[in-house]
Amino acid sequence: MSTAKVDMNSVHKDYCQALKREKIRVAVCAGLGCIVNGALKLYDALEAEIKAKGIYADLSYLLEDESNSGCSVVKTGCQGFCEAGALIRIEPAGLVYIHVKPEDAAEIAERTLLKGEIIERLAYKAPYSDKAVAERNEIPFFSGQKQIVLRNCGIIDPSDIRDYIAHDGYLALQKALKEMSRDQVIATVIDSGLKGRGGAGFPAGRKWAFAKAEESDTKYMVCNADEGDPGAFMDRSVLEGDPHSIIEAMAIAGYAIGASHGYIYVRAEYPLAVARLKHALKEARDNGLLGNDILGSGFDFDIKIKEGAGAFVCGEESALLASIEGKRGMPRPKPPFPAQKGLWGYPTVINNVETLASVPLVILRGAEWFSSCGVGRSTGTKTFALSGKVRNTGLVEVPMGTTLRDMIFKIGGGIRDDKRFKAVQIGGPSGGCLTEEHLDLTLDYDSLAKVGAIIGSGGLVVMDEDTCMVEMARFFMHFTQSESCGKCVPCREGTKRMLEILEKIVAGKGTMEDLELLDEVARMVKDASLCGLGKTAPNPVLTMIKYFRDEYLAHVVDKRCPAGQCQAFKSYYIDPELCKGCGKCSRGCPAGAISGKPREAYGIDTEACLKCGACVEMCPFGAIGKGDGPKSKEDNERNG
Amino acid sequence: MANENTVIINGEPVVIEGEVNLLELVQKAGIELPTFCYHSELSVYGACRMCLVEVKGRGLQAACSTPPEPGMEIETHTEKTQKIRRMVLELLLANHDRECTTCDKSTVCKLQQLSQQLKLDDIRFKNRTKHQEKDLSSPALVRDPNKCILCGDCVRMCDEIQSIGVLDFANRGSDVIVGPAFKKKIGEVDCVNCGQCAAVCPTGAITVRSQMQNVWQAIQDPSKTVIAQIAPAIRVTVGEAFGLGPDAPLMGKMAASMRKMGFDKVYDTCLTADLTILEETNEFLHRLQEGGKLPIFTSCCPGWVKFAEQFYPDLLDNLSTCRSPQQMFGSLAKNYYAAELGIDPEDLYVVSVMPCTAKKFEAARSEFSKDGVPEVDAVLTTQELVAMIKEAGVRFNEIEARALDMPFGFATGAGVIFGNSGGVAEAVLRYAYEKVTGQELADVDFKIVRGLEGIKEAEIALPEVTLRLAVVSGLGNVRKLIERIRSGEARYDIVEVMTCPGGCIGGGGQLLPNNMENRERRTRELYAMDAGMPFRKSQDNPIVDKIYQKWLGEPNSHAAHEALHTSYKSRRRIEDSIAR
Repeated sequence: MSTAKVDMNSVHKDYCQALKREKIRVAVCAGLGCIVNGALKLYDALEAEIKAKGIYADLSYLLEDESNSGCSVVKTGCQGFCEAGALIRIEPAGLVYIHVKPEDAAEIAERTLLKGEIIERLAYKAPYSDKAVAERNEIPFFSGQKQIVLRNCGIIDPSDIRDYIAHDGYLALQKALKEMSRDQVIATVIDSGLKGRGGAGFPAGRKWAFAKAEESDTKYMVCNADEGDPGAFMDRSVLEGDPHSIIEAMAIAGYAIGASHGYIYVRAEYPLAVARLKHALKEARDNGLLGNDILGSGFDFDIKIKEGAGAFVCGEESALLASIEGKRGMPRPKPPFPAQKGLWGYPTVINNVETLASVPLVILRGAEWFSSCGVGRSTGTKTFALSGKVRNTGLVEVPMGTTLRDMIFKIGGGIRDDKRFKAVQIGGPSGGCLTEEHLDLTLDYDSLAKVGAIIGSGGLVVMDEDTCMVEMARFFMHFTQSESCGKCVPCREGTKRMLEILEKIVAGKGTMEDLELLDEVARMVKDASLCGLGKTAPNPVLTMIKYFRDEYLAHVVDKRCPAGQCQAFKSYYIDPELCKGCGKCSRGCPAGAISGKPREAYGIDTEACLKCGACVEMCPFGAIGKGDGPKSKEDNERNG
Repeated sequence: MANENTVIINGEPVVIEGEVNLLELVQKAGIELPTFCYHSELSVYGACRMCLVEVKGRGLQAACSTPPEPGMEIETHTEKTQKIRRMVLELLLANHDRECTTCDKSTVCKLQQLSQQLKLDDIRFKNRTKHQEKDLSSPALVRDPNKCILCGDCVRMCDEIQSIGVLDFANRGSDVIVGPAFKKKIGEVDCVNCGQCAAVCPTGAITVRSQMQNVWQAIQDPSKTVIAQIAPAIRVTVGEAFGLGPDAPLMGKMAASMRKMGFDKVYDTCLTADLTILEETNEFLHRLQEGGKLPIFTSCCPGWVKFAEQFYPDLLDNLSTCRSPQQMFGSLAKNYYAAELGIDPEDLYVVSVMPCTAKKFEAARSEFSKDGVPEVDAVLTTQELVAMIKEAGVRFNEIEARALDMPFGFATGAGVIFGNSGGVAEAVLRYAYEKVTGQELADVDFKIVRGLEGIKEAEIALPEVTLRLAVVSGLGNVRKLIERIRSGEARYDIVEVMTCPGGCIGGGGQLLPNNMENRERRTRELYAMDAGMPFRKSQDNPIVDKIYQKWLGEPNSHAAHEALHTSYKSRRRIEDSIAR
């Protein structure tokens, strides 16, 4: 398959035939979390064991001869269940083994691959019952999901274009180029209701239509892979696990809008994604799927990679374009929109990775198929990076309209250590915080907008009773302030002052005036900022003040942190009855805040105390406690 | 009633007549929207958010970056927009070094003006505590980062208009600063000292490096004879500070004021401008006849000379070797006139009053010093002169005009028009025509080279030869023109270059605002002045004649070369092979 005249259908058929002879596929998750947990060694061990058993068959071997068959082992992209790494998936049996070690390879080969037995020790244990569940679709983390974007992640080998093609890859591009007009492609995407998954939720098809309508010899198709939300890794997973889906989608979009140049703007901090993309681009070019006269259609398209140097604001499309142009990544006012004047002044469409990942299936299976998934005007699925205090953290994809409750308690397995659910921050530092009363809210553009939150790029940070909402707001504000490009006054100066006030409150020095000023500045930053970063930066603060006003008041008025998290409100005491006067704590105190005479009870100078808690650890007699001290203890004794 | 081409502004229909943004349209409706970062000559930046207006159906929009559309309904002063403006101002002020009393830009500072306008009475945020060092590395400009409001005006001016780009943003969040790359100082980078950054800076973050104290010191030193030369472009600007129009005898008032202040003599740079014309035209005609390097580029503008030395060292042979009028004056003063006065050149203190910050750098060039004595001792900008007049308590509006001193106080129209773009070229033509044809030029007006366009071209037919001229101002335009010359797309014999848009009337040391409106008016007044002068050609200046007779012999003589010409050196810091 090296000429442009190739027919993808027949290539696809050949590969599918070969894959039918693949009796078993062991998919080793090679996402970052699993790699850290030894996935690469596990892969080597499994490959050695399978070869030793004489059943090893990779795609090349299967294609070699029609009688060849056997068992393959592939390194896949992230399978999502990061909590359980390293993990493997065994198909077609549909099994998942978690926390697998290289030492387990022999047993897996012997018992599961040869004999079809399930190794319970490696299976997922249901909470409470501890029942072993190895079937993928019976593990709540997986069974609650529907995977469109991540369809290939975790099952195909991202470094082999043949595997992608065998899984219906590049059929959509062929369909678009050979059977559809540019307008039909755009109409299909519009009808599917696919909206931008990068945060703003603008209908993707309409963006394409705007760019197509512009008259210009040169146009650009840009993929925004500058995933910057703290804790978000949806895009990285797609790029690492299914890079060809992005390349295919960009070619389709390029065809639709009339662009022959594409750029993927990807963070340099994603080296594996960059490597996989580079490899995939080469494969696509070698196979005539990029370059001139793609599939004999006369359509030319190629893609360059631009590595971003790691600025959150470069996820904003006009800043991203400036960065590609070699300028400082700062947003510019719109209009003109990129679809009118984008990269180097030419009409440009910018789509997020996840948006693009849906495109091939929208084209292949049709608008109706896609829009049948989801709720209302929010069609399709959405990926989320589930993190924080839930049992099952990881990457999940659910149909639009899934409830927060299902997300947190079913897929996420509930709150860790049986603590109480308190809130969930949705949409990263640009999103809002939601509480228990919102648990039955459905995750979609419209219903989230109603409560002042956004899907954003899909970060979900779950918080329990031990999380302080003021500290949480401070954390996000610190992030947006240090990532503000500094161009417009509201964002640069406003977020700085918001952070200042939040720091003051956390330090126990806040006043009611501060709280009012915080609210006033937050609203102004939201209204007046130039770009999306600034306009959304106050969301965490505004929603947290709205839903947890009591907690803010507790910090300001009562000078206490109900969650017990803020250092400033902590205090320590030495119980004179237990203290033997050994002086260990005094010698170890970094602030020199403890003093006393040998063999007499020591005391803490609360003014000088840093509240680090080091003394508690050091005391051999358990005489140092947290709280207001022996006085309350005495009171208790008296009352008792 | 709203018609098809109307925007409703605060309930009143306003017709769109080619306005590119709402800000201009609102202005036409008689309402001034505040802004720090909008300049019609620079790209739209949209960062200060002061000009936000409420657009029906679209919410808050920055007026500077929103094109007017028929049927739009906008409100400029709603509760929300006013709240935002006050808060933006409050945030800026909290982060600003509010030492207004000692600030050079006090009273012309936009931040100060808007605080007054909005009557801000309290700043609820902690004042900035981080103090950054002032950058005093440049002879022309001072950068005080503590006063920077990060509007980016200087950045865009330096990059978009002057195509130099020594200033840009660095860092993120509240750590963002504007400055040269790698924390270098402005005196260590490719700054040509044009001062256009200072002219657009809305606050005191970039200001002119003052030499007023040096001049006062010289004036108060009894051993010094202090003489001044006043550049052509000053005479149409200085009145702005005192509310005086073109009818006021500004040169005479300046002469009278400066003598009151203690200057011993007050002269006119127009005289050495005429001298420049004679030297440069002869140099040009010589090159034309002998097949020398053409086009010849004029060399009176110090910003351009440094620009050429930095970016086009291969073109240095094309530059006229003539010194600028300022330096010709300095040379004559120190090398000839001092002797005539019978004083040591060291005791003759030469002050120039210039519209220009780059002249400060020029005066400090080593080739213009002899034995450590500079030929021009101090350069005052228009701004500094006005400040000194005020400091001296001279009642400028009332003072009676006095004649300038002789011998260097005699100007022709040709010298006067040196002050704007096209003036040098026109003065050359007035002389070259008569020199080449031997006939008297009947109509001295070459209107074809006048005007504020960045690049002007003209062909002037003389007997036997047609002169191809280009007149360019603004270094961005200069770069464009040079690229066209290099590619062979354009061929010229003479290229007049001025660094500042519109020429010296828009110089970086001129009074503020240095906007298009003022530049247009200054140009108009300069040409009107020329038209009213008895002598309008450099060659008719009797003093120029005398100077040749007494000191220099004839144009381009050996003595003239010694006194009035110079040489250039490459200032390229990075070799071509690396730069490309």
